[in-house]
Amino acid sequence: MLRTETLDINMGPQHPATHGVLRLVLSLDGERVVDLKPDIGYLHRGVEKLAEHEDYVQIEPLTDRLDYVAAMSENLGYVGAVEKLMGIEVPPRAQAVRVALAELQRVASHLVWLGTHGLDIGAMTIFFWCFREREQILDLFEGFCGARLTYNSLRIGGLQQDLPPGWVRKCRKFLEIYPARQDQYEELLSSNRIWIKRTKGVGVLSAAEAIDLGLTGPALRGSGVSFDLRKATPYTGYEKYAFEVPVGQAGDTYDRYLIRLEEMRQSISIVRQVLDSLPEGEVRGKVPKKIKPPKGEVFHMVEGPRGIQGFYLVSDGSERPYRCHFRAPSFVNLQALKKMCVGGMVADVVAIIGTLDIVLGDCDR
Amino acid sequence: MADTPDEKPSPPSGAGGTPPPGPPPAPPRKEAAPDPLKAEVPSVALDRLRTAHAEALAEVTYHSRQVSVRIAPASLLSVLRFLRDDEACRFDLLIDLCGVDWVAPPERFEVNYHLYSIPRGHFLRLKARFGEGEAAPSATSIWSTADWFEREIFDLFGLTFAGHPDLRRILLPEDWRGHPLRKEYPLAGYPDQHLRLR
Amino acid sequence: MTTQAWIEILLIPLVKIAVVLGAVSLVVAYLTWLERKVLGFIQARLAPRRVGPSGLLQPIADGLKLLLKEDIIPAQADKLAFVLAPVVAIIPAFAAFAVIPFAGRSFQVLGFEIWPWITDLNIGILYVLSISSLGIYGIILGGWSSNSKYSLLGALRSSAQMISYEVPLGFSVIGILMLTGTASLPGIVDWQRAHGWWGFAVQPLGLFLFLVSAIAETNRVPFDLPEAESELVAGFHTEYSGMKFSFFFIAEYANMVVVSSMAVTMFFGGWLPPFPNWAGNWLNLGLDLVHPAIAGLFWFALKVFLLLFLYIWLRGTFPRYRYDQLMDLGWKWLIPLAIANVAITGVAAMLLAGPVA
Repeated sequence: MLRTETLDINMGPQHPATHGVLRLVLSLDGERVVDLKPDIGYLHRGVEKLAEHEDYVQIEPLTDRLDYVAAMSENLGYVGAVEKLMGIEVPPRAQAVRVALAELQRVASHLVWLGTHGLDIGAMTIFFWCFREREQILDLFEGFCGARLTYNSLRIGGLQQDLPPGWVRKCRKFLEIYPARQDQYEELLSSNRIWIKRTKGVGVLSAAEAIDLGLTGPALRGSGVSFDLRKATPYTGYEKYAFEVPVGQAGDTYDRYLIRLEEMRQSISIVRQVLDSLPEGEVRGKVPKKIKPPKGEVFHMVEGPRGIQGFYLVSDGSERPYRCHFRAPSFVNLQALKKMCVGGMVADVVAIIGTLDIVLGDCDR
Repeated sequence: MADTPDEKPSPPSGAGGTPPPGPPPAPPRKEAAPDPLKAEVPSVALDRLRTAHAEALAEVTYHSRQVSVRIAPASLLSVLRFLRDDEACRFDLLIDLCGVDWVAPPERFEVNYHLYSIPRGHFLRLKARFGEGEAAPSATSIWSTADWFEREIFDLFGLTFAGHPDLRRILLPEDWRGHPLRKEYPLAGYPDQHLRLR
Repeated sequence: MTTQAWIEILLIPLVKIAVVLGAVSLVVAYLTWLERKVLGFIQARLAPRRVGPSGLLQPIADGLKLLLKEDIIPAQADKLAFVLAPVVAIIPAFAAFAVIPFAGRSFQVLGFEIWPWITDLNIGILYVLSISSLGIYGIILGGWSSNSKYSLLGALRSSAQMISYEVPLGFSVIGILMLTGTASLPGIVDWQRAHGWWGFAVQPLGLFLFLVSAIAETNRVPFDLPEAESELVAGFHTEYSGMKFSFFFIAEYANMVVVSSMAVTMFFGGWLPPFPNWAGNWLNLGLDLVHPAIAGLFWFALKVFLLLFLYIWLRGTFPRYRYDQLMDLGWKWLIPLAIANVAITGVAAMLLAGPVA
């Protein structure tokens, strides 16, 4: 008999398709993946240690740089955690604007996901189209707080400042053109035979496996589990808006793709509802000058585009947290990579990394 | 204990003029006991624990309408398994597993389990304390997701987990010395471990 | 031998070769420009604009850059094979142009009759198919000699893919061969002119199979897994840089032009203008008044350009096939279809033996 050997290949940390500095050690038997060992930590910056030495307001820019593609969600979760810790109430206008910003951020993040996912599978064109729309969203963010990627513009108790004049009009214009653009994306990919062949049946996870692995977000919903924090434990006023949470059936890459597309549409609808019903009022609640939460601890979760972003704060009564832990959805979702890839082909590894939608800043912190 | 708002700054010596303004308006949740932040909230899981594992409960605290239950380390795994499988609890999702370094001996490390139940919709925080040199039991047999969480705690705190399939560093390089999230580890690290670029 | 004989046998072919090589090199270079432009338009952006008007000098700039790059040979690489591989890849690509007819009429230069092709082999199709198969060696050599796992994987995939798709490529051509009765490329175009039908009208399935197999042969999207950037960095040419890399690059584009020219010759009438019976000669836009050969060249170039545009269009639209799906497609779908095509063509030709000789 012929003696065969498995081929050990190193994918990354510099690699066009690992979405950041991720290293995978693959053992291949021909085209089949026999073993997969992720090696992370290349982007570890010690954010949790840093946070222990900064006061609560200074930590917010750190959260921007965790999941930098969805920085607004991170900001929202963090300020929500501090507000929960201190029992601060956020005025309704600030809550509504926060919802709008978070949903716009969800769309922007999913656009990055769609562009890079398509690019990895070979459809170059979708990348450029997605980023064309993303530019408009980033322009909106820039109009609001001056930054395109790392916002640091939510404050404990509300917003940094109110919406600038003309912002709502600009946002509405974007909401008008967007649905037709998304139709274009779907026309390009959703019924494309090659796309379907590359994504159907790839990276299948059952619901039980997904929950056991701790997956959250679209990765979990693709397997048929209807769990979205915005519905389960609504925060920042989400209960006021009507939207649906798409849930998949087969737990494969195609379902997760459809789910995220639908989520984008739902987010646009939420933003429209917010703008239609934007309450008047102040944008900053009653907050003490120095943020010194009482002794205690809190765990606050928000539904980010990638999954549940969790913020665990332990306060010892001083201006700096005793412990600040960030529960990163990418860190947890990446654990599922091994289960989804082993037994499949090496070409699918890239598709599965794309469908898990990982951001290494979030994973490594 | 409710915290007092920031005291007014003492006026600079020799400065005349208007007296400094009064203390800033108090945050709404201030003053007398009972502190609304520490109010007790009903918890189905806690009730079930009191019924089934009363001897394991060491301490129950509340903050911001969240329940934290401290469990004796010896019964940690059985309590976790109970919480996952019991019909009224059904905590199938381990959302987060993190460590806190309380420094004071003998039990400096606290491991926090944040559990959520998708079918029942409730949330619970479980804690357990371990000392330097002790090994915590690994929860990987209950939730697979505990794997990397425990590796991270081992990496950053140095707390080992007995029964973990592959306990090695995850975020830091394999040859790193020290455990950065311990309170005595300096923020800037140790110079001899810094990257030498010249 | 007389001077006339020397000129006819040696000088004229040499000049023709020089002209064709130069022209093809230019076409290949500007094919890269065209690709970037067309892709840019599909992707809602403006592709090269700065180097020269509308980026027209971009290929020259790229060529110059690649020429001036540092020549890196990986330390453990097999030096001879490493240097030889790009050469082995590019020579067959250009050699295939020896039999392709660019126009239909000869022209007179200094008393010599010059036909617009380098040579008219009576086994023209066979020649092209065989020569382009030799290009696979270049890829295998390149991937193996780079001493890198990625390159090896890419080379193996690529060679397996190309060998697999050689079969339907060959089969799809048999239909035309059966109908025209000749393997000489000018002969095939003559048959199309004589019968008033272009190849695609009598061999639609053959055309489809030929095009799909050709895309797979030339490693283009949706069959470009061997050089899939996102998976194997760059496949078999990962370790190549500078002129050697550009040779692989040129070889790929030259192959595209070869295959498009073949398709045009066999299925789209080569140098023939469309609708000669109805539109007469005015579609030639007066070019045939200059010289009949020029009109033929114009039509040939236009048709090749349209096919190349199709190639680029596909690249901008489709994702790429996974390797096993690619092989499935080739072996389980294209080969049976190609065989069926041959069978149907044979039967139909027999039944209609009268009008279609």
